[in-house]
Amino acid sequence: MRTRALAVRIIRQFIRDKRTLALLFAAPLLVLTLVHFVFNGQTVKPHIGTVQVPAPLTERLEQAGADVRSFDTAEQAEAEMRKGKLDAIVSVRGGVPSILLEGSDPSVSKAALLTIQQTVQSVAGGAGVQPAVSYMYGKESLTSFDSFGPVLIGFFSFFFVFLLAGVAFLRERTTGTLERLLATPIRRTELVAGYLSGFGLFALLQAALIAWFAVDVLGLYMEGSIWLVLLVNLLLTMTALTLGTLLSSFAGNEFQIIQFIPVVIVPQVFFSGLFNLDAMEPWLQNVSYVMPLYYGADALRSIMIRGEGLGDIWADVLVLLGFSAAFALLNVLALKKQRPI
Amino acid sequence: MSLIAAEAGNGQRAAVAELREVTRRFGRRTVLDRLTLRVGRGELFGLLGPSGSGKTTLIKLITGIDKADGGTVELLGERMPKLSMFRRFGYMAQSDALYNELTAKENLLFFASLYGLKGAKRSERIQAAAAVVDLLDHLEKPVAAFSGGMKRRLSLAIALLHEPELLVLDEPTVGIDPVLRRSIWQELLRWRDSGTTIILTTHVMDEAEHCDRIGLIRDGRLTAVGSPGELKARAGAQTIEEAFILLGGGDRT
Repeated sequence: MRTRALAVRIIRQFIRDKRTLALLFAAPLLVLTLVHFVFNGQTVKPHIGTVQVPAPLTERLEQAGADVRSFDTAEQAEAEMRKGKLDAIVSVRGGVPSILLEGSDPSVSKAALLTIQQTVQSVAGGAGVQPAVSYMYGKESLTSFDSFGPVLIGFFSFFFVFLLAGVAFLRERTTGTLERLLATPIRRTELVAGYLSGFGLFALLQAALIAWFAVDVLGLYMEGSIWLVLLVNLLLTMTALTLGTLLSSFAGNEFQIIQFIPVVIVPQVFFSGLFNLDAMEPWLQNVSYVMPLYYGADALRSIMIRGEGLGDIWADVLVLLGFSAAFALLNVLALKKQRPI
Repeated sequence: MSLIAAEAGNGQRAAVAELREVTRRFGRRTVLDRLTLRVGRGELFGLLGPSGSGKTTLIKLITGIDKADGGTVELLGERMPKLSMFRRFGYMAQSDALYNELTAKENLLFFASLYGLKGAKRSERIQAAAAVVDLLDHLEKPVAAFSGGMKRRLSLAIALLHEPELLVLDEPTVGIDPVLRRSIWQELLRWRDSGTTIILTTHVMDEAEHCDRIGLIRDGRLTAVGSPGELKARAGAQTIEEAFILLGGGDRT
């Protein structure tokens, strides 16, 4: 009898909380669908550039399923590679083929290398021609962790700051301190700026700790400047902070903040570069452009693996700044719901 | 004193709060219905009514935390809501909006800074406000360790920090034991006598006896306004409670 009463109460509460109910059924489907698209998309073609190689080799490479482009000089090809358009460059020096791999993603490098090696072998008629392999970024021993480590650094900063900020702002609202705050001469912009500075300090400390631990203790591959890593991480956490506080206006309790994870956080993981975006349907790839984590991860990878400077990642930095500014502004507007001026 | 009481009864002094035909709706529900009210300078004005009658909504309109759908609200001569007016009154919300992780002193420091107090002046005001509510010995304790009554007193101290000319208190004595309630009322009366205007809400009938004037509020309408004596005389009742039922709840008799 008492068991029944309890069960009935729980069922009633569920039915009352429409959002939880919707999430319970819809969120697994959403995430599953995403996984389906991420792993069941198109096959990834290695993008290979050739520099004055014999025509039969180019043909064979294309037959092997590679996307091949020919260049007149090595410089032109390498410039294309720096833009991220090529995975490998094949050239012939002194009768020996040489392969330059882009190198920042071990799995992509391996796939390109395998295709080229098999093709070279078949053209050479099985003779023991050993192509010379070199790397533009990274090195042969670059592990998978080195490759997606930068993405994880960004992701964890984003994830925890998002949760923390969301819950903190929610508590401010549910305990009545927000209303009390708004009964003082504080401006709404001052309130949002205060939150940004207060949390920003801890977000920065967290970013520094994660970066230091990953690089110095776990030995994560690090080519670029640690200060740039901190800058990008800070911007990424600012985005998480402003997004977290903004979404907390739409949550009635801590539980509903947790519910944002499958809706807001998980999809970002799929588009962050942990999984090869080229494998997705082209229309789906475009979704990554509205995901803050995509820009953060891209910048972190560029810095840590490719050793790029501010001049190369400024676009990512600007987009992250834009996200933070837009979310902060929406926060200020959302506070109007609490106080009209 | 008697002169002040007489004036208060007429409500002829300079207005501190002036509400005209104020209406507030939440969705389809009308919480305040064309309510008109005037509170004079130096008055201790009580809004008396059952919970759900619209007291808190009215308080929020007076302070400018909320905005009326119809009618006008003027506070100290300024049309509300207006940001700069938040400096002019001290406010105590119905729930104890305090930061439990922080000490009482840190809570006071935070709110004092929001009101622009700094340096020696700030320390002096924190000491003075804490002294008034008898919390000087507990300033270093985290609020989480406070009893309900202590939290209420701390909320009151926060409202007094910037020495406002007007105090707006939403149920200041709710959940407080009778002894403490009496001491808080003695404080309120003392501030009133020293010239501070006080607007408060209560649903405790006998508290209303201490007010200069009372507004009886029911279902979003003011059913009667006057001094406790006037209201009792008008209703021919012995107590405020009887007067409230006779004047305010005519639809139930």
